[in-house]
Amino acid sequence: MTSKRLLGVFAVLIVLWLIVPTLVIIPMSFNEAPSFNFPPKGFSTRWYENFFTDPNWLESLFVSLQVAVLTMLVATTVGVLASLGLSKVKFRGKGLLEGYFLLPLIVPGIVLAVGLYSLFLRLDLLGTLPGFVLAHTIVSMPLVITNVMASLQGLDPRLEQASASLGGGRVRTFFSITLPLIAPGVTAGALFAFVTSFDEVILSLFIQSPNLQTLPVKIFNSVTQTNDPTVAAVAVITMFTSVIVMLVAQFATRKRKRPVA
Amino acid sequence: MTTPTFTEGDVSTRAIALGADPKARSRGPKNWRPLLLLIPAFVIVSLFFLAPLGDVFVRSVTDPQPGLQNYEWLFGTPANLNVVLRTFGTAILVTVVCLLLAYPYAYLMTIVTDRTRNLMQLFIMMPLWTSILVRTLAWMVLLQDTGPINGILAAWFGIGPVPLIRTTFGVALGMSQVLLPFMVLPLYSSMAKIDKRLLPAASNLGAKPVTAFFTVYLPLSKPGIFSGGVTVFILGLGFYIIPALLGSSKEIMISALIQQQISVFLMWGQGTALGIFLLVCTILILVVVSRLNKNGSLFPGVDR
Repeated sequence: MTSKRLLGVFAVLIVLWLIVPTLVIIPMSFNEAPSFNFPPKGFSTRWYENFFTDPNWLESLFVSLQVAVLTMLVATTVGVLASLGLSKVKFRGKGLLEGYFLLPLIVPGIVLAVGLYSLFLRLDLLGTLPGFVLAHTIVSMPLVITNVMASLQGLDPRLEQASASLGGGRVRTFFSITLPLIAPGVTAGALFAFVTSFDEVILSLFIQSPNLQTLPVKIFNSVTQTNDPTVAAVAVITMFTSVIVMLVAQFATRKRKRPVA
Repeated sequence: MTTPTFTEGDVSTRAIALGADPKARSRGPKNWRPLLLLIPAFVIVSLFFLAPLGDVFVRSVTDPQPGLQNYEWLFGTPANLNVVLRTFGTAILVTVVCLLLAYPYAYLMTIVTDRTRNLMQLFIMMPLWTSILVRTLAWMVLLQDTGPINGILAAWFGIGPVPLIRTTFGVALGMSQVLLPFMVLPLYSSMAKIDKRLLPAASNLGAKPVTAFFTVYLPLSKPGIFSGGVTVFILGLGFYIIPALLGSSKEIMISALIQQQISVFLMWGQGTALGIFLLVCTILILVVVSRLNKNGSLFPGVDR
């Protein structure tokens, strides 16, 4: 019993270590003093005002949201198609093909970033919206595919066959039978894609241009070059955006019952 | 929403559902058609993942002129070997720290109630939802010389500012915090499969708790240790943001060296050679480990 209690105390300490350090950003963003310090002195919302009145910060927020939404749409559409294809065929080397789509998860980010920088330099895609979306799609799509594949595994093939036997065409069957059944996996995958894009730093750092920067790039540049506490307010905003999106994703997958068979 | 399921005993209904001749359905000329659905993903991954990596490789052997001089530079410069050793050392340190912290946590997850387990899992997942950048920013503030940790050390123990930021300690602290979930989740999933009656059985046979742990429990949890360790280690090798912000310029790791060679010195050949070296190390580790660990998947981080 005592050893279990000891483990409990240890686990609580781990949780505190994981979560608490990040929370210091919140009081810091309301710091009155124009310095980067904790504990903060006084209370002020000036850094939030700064953020919402500075066209540069707002511009990068807008770029980030735009890139994240477009990445979500592209990665989810292409990822769902690929998952459907993979689930419907059986052949040798299918595992390899599946692995091919998931490879971007294990390749060091910096190596891919350098490669994309080199390629985009030649294709004139540096600091462009399509460039950001394509780069982010590469690292988001594996998450869509793993989530959708998991949903498809729990799908009873008889339902699609029943639909087909009742005269439902392929497209009709997909939209009225398959898609609603795998919706939790698709939703979770899409939200993962959104957050991955919204938080992505390394690739964005390499493919940025002075005219087009995502919010994390701007945060990184601000942290390394200036001492502007506005970045704390920005960090809080991005933190809440991703946490809310991920809570929704968690909720979406929770509803999915695990198949028994 | 419920997903309809069938059990093994349902064979007859399955046979009916599949129609009179199931084989006719799965063979036939239509079988290749779903492959068309793979085309968009295949094109995107080929053009914007494989091609850039190919580009990195080609640059490493052609820039500024064809030959292996970039690799000669990589292995012939003592400073580079230091960076490589430092990177591997840091990744090993972080892996060990994560293992020591995650093991008891994951074990506790296997012996608590379902509700507590869900909560423990939520706490482990939650940090993954906050960007690495925001968390690193928080550590920068906490660890700085005038930060709260040094404030407490000065007020309570009278110790002058201890260098925390711009040290290996700071980098390892930040990296372990980010990578811990990747250790806990595989550890938990392999521990959950261990029969709980084995430890009492071992003690019935006269084993002390420590002996029982090392001879029974630890070997059975090996798959989790393997896949968690490999994931943390290879992710740790490629870290860029945390060493860049919490480390010092004197102690850079491979990723930062790559960035420096390319963005600062415009030495494409040398930077890309380092990139290929990092990539090859990652792949080699994965291949070796998946060979050693027969049940292990080649993508240990995928089920995150």
